[in-house]
Amino acid sequence: MAEHFVQSPQWGWYILGYFFLAGLTGGSYTLATMLRWWGGAGDQRIARLGFLVAFPLVVVCGIFLTVDLGQPLRFWHMMINTTPGDTGLSFKYWSPISLGSWALLVYSGFSFISFLEALGMLGPFSGAFGRLFNFIGSILALFIASYTGVVLSVSNQPVWSDTWALGGLFLASALSGSAALLAWFASSRPDAGSTQWRLLRADGYFALLELVLIVVFFGTLAAAGTLSHALAGPWVFIWILVFASLVAPLMGLGHDRRLSATLSARGGALTASTALIVLAGVFLMRLAIIFSAQS
Amino acid sequence: MAEPLGLFTDTSICIGCKACEVACKEWNQLPGNTPEFRDSFDNTGQLDAQNWRHVKFIERMPDEPVAVGNGHAWLMMSDICKHCTHASCLEVCPTQAIIKTEFNTVFIQQEVCNGCRDCIAACPYGAIGFNADTGTVHKCTMCYDRLQNNLEPACAKACPTQSIQFGKLADLQKKADARLATLQAQGNSEAQLYGRDDKVYGGLGAFFLLMQKPEVYGLPNKQNAVLPSRNNSKSYFGALVTAVIAVFAGMVAFRRDGTSGAVHDGDSASADNG
Repeated sequence: MAEHFVQSPQWGWYILGYFFLAGLTGGSYTLATMLRWWGGAGDQRIARLGFLVAFPLVVVCGIFLTVDLGQPLRFWHMMINTTPGDTGLSFKYWSPISLGSWALLVYSGFSFISFLEALGMLGPFSGAFGRLFNFIGSILALFIASYTGVVLSVSNQPVWSDTWALGGLFLASALSGSAALLAWFASSRPDAGSTQWRLLRADGYFALLELVLIVVFFGTLAAAGTLSHALAGPWVFIWILVFASLVAPLMGLGHDRRLSATLSARGGALTASTALIVLAGVFLMRLAIIFSAQS
Repeated sequence: MAEPLGLFTDTSICIGCKACEVACKEWNQLPGNTPEFRDSFDNTGQLDAQNWRHVKFIERMPDEPVAVGNGHAWLMMSDICKHCTHASCLEVCPTQAIIKTEFNTVFIQQEVCNGCRDCIAACPYGAIGFNADTGTVHKCTMCYDRLQNNLEPACAKACPTQSIQFGKLADLQKKADARLATLQAQGNSEAQLYGRDDKVYGGLGAFFLLMQKPEVYGLPNKQNAVLPSRNNSKSYFGALVTAVIAVFAGMVAFRRDGTSGAVHDGDSASADNG
């Protein structure tokens, strides 16, 4: 059984906000790329929306990360070593925060260029270059959406360090939330019923993946003897809400393609409520994980 | 590099006087936290940004009335940063503010630290604290400034019982071995050295003689004394597998099944492709 005698790093609301938005920016960029690659002509409007969403979110991510620092004006120390006599770039691949800082910087560049392209300021990215650009951007986006879980695991905190599932869990949850968000946006376009249906179907798959990973997460904690820590006090109720948030996307898996016509006809109310519930689940899951370990 | 220096804390002769705490605060100009009255003689509570030495009072009182032979020890231990050979805090620090000194001690460069607090999450001993006034993290430096001037750390200097001894690590290890042998010969079968060898974080620059197993003192045993990086490859691999499955799921969800979506859904064939 794992025993921990650590202190809390006091990672609070800014970090929670960062983890939430990092998931959404990475998920939106990835889904936009998927729609661009595998979707039809009618899916491209929502793909463009995905790129338009990804960049502003990553800007807010950077702000949250910076203001959480005890010395915000030293944010650049993440990448530049200022040790007297040993100055230069700072890159530690074995430190997830160091790796994540660099990834966030490079991903910001990719999402910015995709943002400009989606605005029509660069002309369409097509052909092999466009595919390669979006491929690299998506690799970075997937990393940004998942590495926050690895940051927690690479520690000695109870709960966080007792599992290897957080990176995957955060990624599945991020993709689920992003699919719900983009489906919500699609609901405002009367001609995007097919795209909306595809996004909801994808959301169902991602929610299923998330459910499996939550089970794995709880299983690893049980093996380490810290499951009770993760579920103590109010946290069990938060987890019940997280499970409840998965019901709607999982039920969507049972719908056939005729749903697209229904969605077009019924407008955005259904998708908006679904999206808000899913996004609340994405937020609450991170809240439960971040705060329960530190309580 | 100079010869490794260290601190050996023999808890068997600690009397809980807290002279080490006071000397530490005085030399390092730590104002300290407001004292709290607890259900104990311990009014500092824990190691943090203001308490770089902390005398733990471990009151192991029996439930039944005390009679000759069934009393339990009242353990005391002057805790401190362990200055691990393989330090968890140094491992995760993204700014490289945490370094090894020429004395093989672990030191936080205040002008480099940006207060991300990842080291606090990593330290298995809870030895690092965040100071909101400076916006950085702090811990014992083993009086680095004193070491550079051939002086012993303030805590060791002040300790009236020589529970805290300072010196070359190799010399201290020999002293500790001799002291342990004496205690065991006297019948203290549970006495043991903690961090004297490389089984705990590669060996500790500040190691201990304990009268009970480490967990009693709030120290991780050998099985739980693990580095954060143990989870690196497993966690990234978990994320990678999830990513592969998710991309496949996305392909299944988004791929047009051989027909134009426009035919099914009324999407405009001339939809904006940008």
